[in-house]
Amino acid sequence: MAIEAYEIQQLIQTAIPDATLHIEDLAGDGDHYAVHVTSATFVSKSRIQQHQMVYAALKGRVGEQLHALSIRTSLPPSYA
Amino acid sequence: MTDPVTLNQIQKDITENAIVLYMKGTPEAPQCGFSSLVVQILSHLKIPFKAINVLSDPNVRDGIKKFSNWPTIPQLYIHGEFIGGCDIVKEMYQCGELQALLKSKEIQAA
Repeated sequence: MAIEAYEIQQLIQTAIPDATLHIEDLAGDGDHYAVHVTSATFVSKSRIQQHQMVYAALKGRVGEQLHALSIRTSLPPSYA
Repeated sequence: MTDPVTLNQIQKDITENAIVLYMKGTPEAPQCGFSSLVVQILSHLKIPFKAINVLSDPNVRDGIKKFSNWPTIPQLYIHGEFIGGCDIVKEMYQCGELQALLKSKEIQAA
């Protein structure tokens, strides 16, 4: 099972429209990605809540269709 | 549908143990790099923890994901509170936040 980087991009961008994304295919197998999401919608949310928003955007694919997704979330520089 | 017995067991485990790590494999033989990393961090800090191998019980493997609303393993609990998965624990460790949290909970290195 695998997923293309552009699908991850689309799903996150749809759920979090202001997101700036950096996606890295860690193993080149479409199954291990690292994603860095920057969004103003993360303001005043805990890290757990921010990651849950990213998981929710991916609609259950993480842990199923996608084995490993390393997530890093941050606020845009103007909020930090 | 996760059975209530499993959810009750999870609640009991995270209440009765100061630190619980839900992981794939055992601390001695982790079956996944992400689980292994969290074990390494806790071991490096010399923090005693209860490890629960989700691979030995499919009910717990499913149950903990629902319980925490978190789709991946490992999952770290401290004093009954969900702290995060591998990425968050690593980030917290790197910036010293994890050490501060343990200190605030009066959890001592063994």
